[in-house]
Amino acid sequence: MFAVNSLERYMSSSEILIKAHNLTKKFGNFTAVDHINFEIYKGECVGFLGPNGAGKTTTVRMIHCFWPLTEGKLYVAGFDVSTQAREVKRIVSVAPQEDNLDPDFSVIKNLQVYARYFDIPKAEATKRAKELLKFFQIEDKQDVLISELSTGMKRRLILARALINEPQILLLDEPTTGLDPQARHMVWEEVRSLRKRGVTIILTTHYMEEATALCDRVLLMDNGKIIEQGNPVELVKKHIGAEVLEIDNDEKLLHALKAEFPDARFEAFGDRIHVFTMQPHGVFERFLERNSLTNVTIRNANLEDVFLKLTGRRLRE
Amino acid sequence: MTKITDSPAKFSLPKLTYRVWHVWRRNFDVFMKTIKVNFLPSLIEPILYLLALGFGLGGFIQPIEGVPYINFIAPALVAISAMYGGFFECTYASFVRMYFQKTFDAIIATPVSVEEVIAGELLWGATRAALNSTTVLAVIGAFGLISSPLALLVPLISLLGGLLFASLAMCFTAIAPNIDFFNYPAFLLITPMFLLSGTFFPLSQLPPVVEVAALTFLPLTHLVNLIRGLVSGRAEGFMLLSLAWITVVTAALFLLSINLMKKRLIK
Ligand SMILES: Nc1ncnc2c1ncn2[C@@H]1O[C@H](COP(=O)(O)OP(=O)(O)O)[C@@H](O)[C@H]1O
Ligand SMILES: [Mg+2]
Repeated sequence: MFAVNSLERYMSSSEILIKAHNLTKKFGNFTAVDHINFEIYKGECVGFLGPNGAGKTTTVRMIHCFWPLTEGKLYVAGFDVSTQAREVKRIVSVAPQEDNLDPDFSVIKNLQVYARYFDIPKAEATKRAKELLKFFQIEDKQDVLISELSTGMKRRLILARALINEPQILLLDEPTTGLDPQARHMVWEEVRSLRKRGVTIILTTHYMEEATALCDRVLLMDNGKIIEQGNPVELVKKHIGAEVLEIDNDEKLLHALKAEFPDARFEAFGDRIHVFTMQPHGVFERFLERNSLTNVTIRNANLEDVFLKLTGRRLRE
Repeated sequence: MTKITDSPAKFSLPKLTYRVWHVWRRNFDVFMKTIKVNFLPSLIEPILYLLALGFGLGGFIQPIEGVPYINFIAPALVAISAMYGGFFECTYASFVRMYFQKTFDAIIATPVSVEEVIAGELLWGATRAALNSTTVLAVIGAFGLISSPLALLVPLISLLGGLLFASLAMCFTAIAPNIDFFNYPAFLLITPMFLLSGTFFPLSQLPPVVEVAALTFLPLTHLVNLIRGLVSGRAEGFMLLSLAWITVVTAALFLLSINLMKKRLIK
């Protein structure tokens, strides 16, 4: 509920920080990002959610001026990314999908050298570096080479590096892909606390739990297009309802369900059937009380169900 | 407000700011950290050449134009070390930073531009060349093979020559599909240049066609010519021609390599 309220708050305070108009990126004849339009408000945490190849990274890379646009317009804090890259890059930071930490340097030197690219004086850089290492709980590794860090620590160092210039906008490209659950939750906590500090965050992910846990708003991407957007909870409510019933493929049972829920949608996944109604919590439970069944599951509806409904494809493929 | 149009399509003059030095500094910092393993061993090689070719083989060779053989090859060793320094820094080492370490990607996400990253790499390659050749210069000095105070200009000339070889190298880096690709320019360009640039025998020994070709196409001939003149104190008019040749070619390769790299890096 907090998320919905905060979304409304942002929408009404509504300082637009990023605005994309017909944003398009082609690689040769292949269109990776296809005329998308979106706005990001100050202080929001927005997720680009979609399967691999949807165009999330490409979108992020255009926001931080890594790749030029093929078509369209993109403004970041009022600056045009096509002509004012330097201004944009000063206030936007990115934690990229792949590890590009500098293996030739120790942990703290990575931050100090990176700070230099932003013209941050050495003393200030060292001060910020130490604070960030503490915040990300890697201060005891400060003199260690990158190759000696675990994947989770590398991730956190990449986040720390992205914050060295105290950016207004933080781009997190798949911040937790490849992390174990513990490290993932640690990153989530850190993202939440950054949000509280007022940093506008854009993250890409193909984990729906991640988008649901962190984002005020998600933009669902598929094949280079934005197919739906909104608050994660609202989207699920709007497209799926509260719960999903999973059952074995059984003629008689299907028949009974269709009689009980005339508006329900049935989708087959392998030998299981997923049943969607737009109805509130508890309807499936009451149905089950009246019919003794085995091998049935009632679970909460989620963003993956939304994605599946809209595209016919699973997020993780 | 700064305007940066990182358009890869057209050939353009790079817009460079002081940020080039941030990139240079990154490489310098790594160099200082690894100086014992990466730099000092490279000094052994010119000393070996001096011993084997200069003292050893040189004992059987009559003086060239009145110059003892060891004095003839000593300045060439200085020039060769500049060539190797610039070339290897901006092929293998730059490629590792660009392709394996993604260091360029990381820097481009800051206010530093692609052009500044490449320019910083080139200037660093030139610096490596100058450091190499200055060290070899000190070695030949220690062997008493420097005959003129003009030799003090050698580091400066090596910086320029080094920028040429660094820029040449960066052109190959811009088109290299993988790191083994550098075997081609290393063996087909650098090794012939090492042997055929008036390094170990005067160019006039070669058939005239080859001599003219070497002077026209091989940058090392001109760098050897310049450094030999400065070290021996026998300055001649032809040196100015060499200086002009190197300056023009360096400028051309500098611009070409930055443009080729932009084409590779900006999609
Ligand atoms: N440099 C490139 N050259 C050609 N195609 C690319 C390049 N980068 C990405 N693509 C293609 O663009 C599409 C979108 O990629 P990307 O934005 O990385 O997707 P996501 O981050 O959502 O997984 C993919 O089909 C990918 O293969
Ligand atoms: Mg991606």
